Amino acid sequence: MGIERSLELSNSDALVAEEMEAFAQREVLPYASSWDKAEAMDPEVIRSLSKRGWLGALAPKAYGGQDMDPLLWGRFCESIGTASSSLLGLPTVHGMAIQAIARWGTDAQKETVLPMLASGEAIGAFALTEPEVGSDAASVQTVAEATGSGFRLTGRKRWITFGNIADWFVVVARLEDKPTAFLVPSTNSGLKITPVKDMLGFRSAELANLHFENCEVTEDAILGRPGFGFSHVAGTALDHGRFCIAWGCVGLAQGCLSASMEHAQEREQFGKPISEHQLIQRLIADMLVGTRAARGLCLEATALKRAGDPRVIMETSIAKYYASQHAAKASRDAVQILGGTGCSSEGHVERYFRDAKVTEIIEGSSQIQQLIIARHGLMQHRKEKRKKATNP
Amino acid sequence: MSDQSAVIEDIREFLGQFVSDPSVPVDQDLFGSGLVNSLFAMQLVLHIEAEYGIAVSNDDLDLDNFRSLQAIAGFVGRKRGD
Repeated sequence: MGIERSLELSNSDALVAEEMEAFAQREVLPYASSWDKAEAMDPEVIRSLSKRGWLGALAPKAYGGQDMDPLLWGRFCESIGTASSSLLGLPTVHGMAIQAIARWGTDAQKETVLPMLASGEAIGAFALTEPEVGSDAASVQTVAEATGSGFRLTGRKRWITFGNIADWFVVVARLEDKPTAFLVPSTNSGLKITPVKDMLGFRSAELANLHFENCEVTEDAILGRPGFGFSHVAGTALDHGRFCIAWGCVGLAQGCLSASMEHAQEREQFGKPISEHQLIQRLIADMLVGTRAARGLCLEATALKRAGDPRVIMETSIAKYYASQHAAKASRDAVQILGGTGCSSEGHVERYFRDAKVTEIIEGSSQIQQLIIARHGLMQHRKEKRKKATNP
Repeated sequence: MSDQSAVIEDIREFLGQFVSDPSVPVDQDLFGSGLVNSLFAMQLVLHIEAEYGIAVSNDDLDLDNFRSLQAIAGFVGRKRGD
């Protein structure tokens, strides 16, 4: 692809990556199941992420962020993904808001909102999904009407990750039938936020439904331009979201692999550790190889992201598709290897299993990824054929 | 070949990754005709930023800048100060 593939972290970033991994193992993993049961995220862990500068690390330095290297960010998502998919949801959606504003915001929006998001003083979230609109996201039904002094938003958003605690929402609505993004503070009196409970996975990701009723915003609340809310603003945010989820799935699969190998070497059946049974070895081999393959795809996307190469969008889609599918399979197999223990909420594998399923749906379902990946592959093939016909 | 023609041919080559036949008229509305989708839109932004060393920002989000091969070439030229 003409891109430097041997990705390495700088010495200082390598130390930060170690610190991130230690943080995830020490301050996230031991508590993740209790957060999951409580269906709430511990504010203390969010403060810890902010204090370390990791929550808003992707914001430009000019606005208080770190312009963090994509590889270090990927490693961060992997580390958090091993410990808690729910917590991974926070840097994912917070980063989606940061990326959308940093890329398409006005100077005033950047100066007002980005420093708060960069420091973690405020939390950002992304509001696209609606009760009647999922994969066909360009068809949002939330409406924005011009009022003379600004806009009035009317509609509903559903399953908004960290919507319960977000301070700012990037909301995609239709303005004169054009998909348009708006920046809306949670304090707006026309916005009602309702917690969502009892979901299959990501149970401590503070999901919420949003109800916009006479939600008045000023003219300068538009993020980007009318008509560009889906293609460019949401496109930027979703690309970031897929990148985070892909790396997080590598972490989740690695967690499954570690738990499976630990258990398989300790658990004895028929007079020997189950790791010596070949059918268990087969599951472990597939888990190990799949995790490495997913990490390789994430690294490919990361190299392109570093280079600002447009192919990053497709490669991120490919990485997210494969990594989420693999995480789901790895978690199924991990439950199988751990047996009854894998079904118990006393360990992590049962939670991995529920969370992994969700990753196949969020930020573009596996079926949507398959569609765009196949089209992309077919077009590449045709392009090569045209080239060969022109230059035989 | 003029600068504008060179940009048009480059964008046409890029377009070839997304459509079966990129030999479209230079003034054909790429988006209005349904030839390309939203994924193309963001990749186009990244492509012209990487290829021509320009930054596409909020102020540039005008469909008239991206509507056709000719429009894109004109936009790139203006951003480069040609």
